[in-house]
Amino acid sequence: MSPELFVAVLATVVTAATPLLLAATGELVAERAGVLNLGVEGMMLVGAVAGFATALGTGNAPLALLAAALAGAGLAALFALLVLVLLADQVVSGLALTIFAVGLSALAGAGLVGTPVERLPRLDLPGLSDLPLLGPLLFGQDALVYLAHLALPTVAWFLRASRAGRVLRACGENPEAAHAMGYRVRLVRTLAVLFGGAMAGLGGAFLSLAYTPFWIEEMTAGRGWIALALVVFAAWRPARLLLGAYLFGGVAILQLHAQSLGLLPVPAQLLSMLPYLATVLVLALVAGGRQTAAPAALGRPFLPPR
Amino acid sequence: MRLELEPRPLPSGLWRVLAPVLAVALTALAGLVSFSILGVEPGRALWAFFLAPLTSLWGVSELLVKAAPLALIALGLAPGFRAGVWNIGAEGQLTIGAVAGAGVLLALWPSDAPWVLPTALLAGILGGAAWAWIPAVLRIRRGASEILVSLMLAYVAQLLLSTLVYGPWRDPEGFNFPQTRLFQAGLPVLVEGTRLHPGVLLAPLLAVLAWFLSGRTLLGLALSVTGRAPAAAAHAGFDRPRIVRGCLLVAGALAGLAGILEATGPIGQLVPTLTPGYGFTAIIVAFLGRLHPLGILPAALVVALAYLGGETAQIEAGLPQAVTGLFQGLLLFFLLGSEVLVCYRIRWRHPAEAGVP
Repeated sequence: MSPELFVAVLATVVTAATPLLLAATGELVAERAGVLNLGVEGMMLVGAVAGFATALGTGNAPLALLAAALAGAGLAALFALLVLVLLADQVVSGLALTIFAVGLSALAGAGLVGTPVERLPRLDLPGLSDLPLLGPLLFGQDALVYLAHLALPTVAWFLRASRAGRVLRACGENPEAAHAMGYRVRLVRTLAVLFGGAMAGLGGAFLSLAYTPFWIEEMTAGRGWIALALVVFAAWRPARLLLGAYLFGGVAILQLHAQSLGLLPVPAQLLSMLPYLATVLVLALVAGGRQTAAPAALGRPFLPPR
Repeated sequence: MRLELEPRPLPSGLWRVLAPVLAVALTALAGLVSFSILGVEPGRALWAFFLAPLTSLWGVSELLVKAAPLALIALGLAPGFRAGVWNIGAEGQLTIGAVAGAGVLLALWPSDAPWVLPTALLAGILGGAAWAWIPAVLRIRRGASEILVSLMLAYVAQLLLSTLVYGPWRDPEGFNFPQTRLFQAGLPVLVEGTRLHPGVLLAPLLAVLAWFLSGRTLLGLALSVTGRAPAAAAHAGFDRPRIVRGCLLVAGALAGLAGILEATGPIGQLVPTLTPGYGFTAIIVAFLGRLHPLGILPAALVVALAYLGGETAQIEAGLPQAVTGLFQGLLLFFLLGSEVLVCYRIRWRHPAEAGVP
C-alpha cells in the first residue's frame, strides 16, 4: 500500500471514529459521576436531526452544531429529571429515552428524508494542512473531528487533575460521602448528564452533517450502544477511549471497503454485522476484568438525606 | 416552599395499582393536547384512536393479534427484570425464532403433514432461546453486560434475516420480492374474516401459568430477592448464574415463540420487517403491567390499542408511523415518573422547616 493510500485510509478511520468518540466521551463523564445513561443512541438521533434541520434552514454550520448539542442536552435533561429528581430506575429510563427519541427524531425528520445538505466545512489550518502525508490526516478535518480530539484530553485532564473533576468522581464513587462533605451531588450529576447529552448530540450531528450528509430514520444504527460498550472497554479511562474508538472506526471502514470493492464473496448484510459482532467480542474479552474499574455508585440512585 | 420526596415506611399498595393507570391517562392527555395543537378536535381524535377500532369484529381481532406477541414477550422478560437481568434484545430473539421455524418449514416445503407445524414452533422456541443463551453465557462466564450484548445481537439477527430473504431463501416464484415462499403449514384462522390464530389463546394461558409459578413457588421470591438484594440472595443460597441463565432462556424462548407465531400466523412467510418493534415495545408492556403476569395482559391490550391508534393516525391524519414510538416512549416516561409515588410521598416544605428532622 502506498503511503498516500495508507494516510487516506487512516483519515477515513478517524472520520468513522469521531461520532463514537464524541458520544463515548460524554457518556464517560456521566458514568464517572455515577449515572448510567442508556439513552445515548436516542440523544445522538435527536442531535442528528436537530443539526440537520438547522443546517438546512439556516445554512449556518456553527448554529447547526449548537442546535444538535442543545437537543441532546435537552433530552438528557428529561433523563436527569427522571433519575435524579424522581429517582426512577436508570436502566429503564435510558431505554425509555431511546424509544422516545427514535420516535421523536423520525417525526421531526419526516419531511427531511432525501434532502441533501451542505457538508460541514473542512477547516484547513494554514501551513499545517499542506504538510506532506500527515497534513491532510491531522489538519484537513472539520470542526467536530477537532472538537472530539480536543475534548478527550480536556476531559482526561479535568477528571484527573482539576478540583471539579475530583468532586465529580467522588459523586460517582461515594455520593453519600460527597454529600457529607457539602458537595451538591444532584447538581454535579445533572451537569455531567447534560454534558453527556450535548456530546451525544454532536456525535449525531457529525453523522448527519459530515459522515453521510443526509438524514434518514435511525441513521445512528446502534452507534450510541457501541459508544456505551466503548466506555466499558476503556475501563472508564479517557485515554483508552481513543484506542477503542479507532478500533471500531477501523472495523467500520474495513466493512465499508470490503463491501464497495466486493473483496469477499459474501452478501453485504453479513459484512454489516461486523461492528456489532466486534462489540460483542470486545465485551466478551474485556468486560470481566473491567467490573472493578466501574465507578462504585454507577447506576445507584441517590436521595440526599434531609 | 420547596418540593421534597419523603420515603414511605412501606411501599404504597394503592399507588402500585394507580401508577400505570395515571401513566396511561397522562399519555392520552398528552396525545389529545398535541392533536388539538395539530388542529384535530380532541373528541374526534379520542374516538378515532381508542374507540373506533373496538367497534368492529376486525378491529377487536386485530387488537388481540397485536396484543398476543407483546404479552408473550413481556411475560418472558418480566422475571428477568425482577431479578435485574436486563434482556433488551428480545427483538433479536423473536427474529431468530422466526428464522429457525421458517427454516424447518422451507426445508420441508410443500409438506403440510400434521407434524410439520409443531416442529417449526419448537424450532422457533429453541432458536429464540439459543440467541438469548449467548448473552447469558457471556454475562456468567465473561461478565459482559447482557444489555449491550443482547442489543447488539438484535442488530445481527435483523441483518441475518435480511441476508436470507434477499438471498438464499427468496421465493423463486416471488417476482424478486425480498420474501420467502408462503408457508404451506401455517397456523389456522380461528374466526372467519379475521387473523385470529391459536397463538392468541396462548398468551392468557401462559400468564396464568406464570402467575401460578411465581406466586406459589420459591422461584418468584428468588427472583425478586436477587433483583433487590443480590448479597442476601447469595446468602439464601439462590444461585445467581442459574437465575441469569434461566431468565434469559425463558425470555428468549417466549420471544422466539412470538416470532414463529407471527411468521406462521398473521404474516404467513418471512419478510424483511417482521414486526413493528414488538421486542422493544414488550419492555414497556412488562413495566406497564408492573412485571406481574396478570398485569401484563391488560398492559398488552393498552399498548396494542396504541398501535392500532397509530395506524389510524397514519391513515386519517397522515402522521408518520413514528408517532406510535413517540407515544410509547412518553408512556414509559410517565410510568417511571408516577412510580415515584409508590415508594415516596411528595411533600411541600417551608424553607424554615428544612433541616428539622
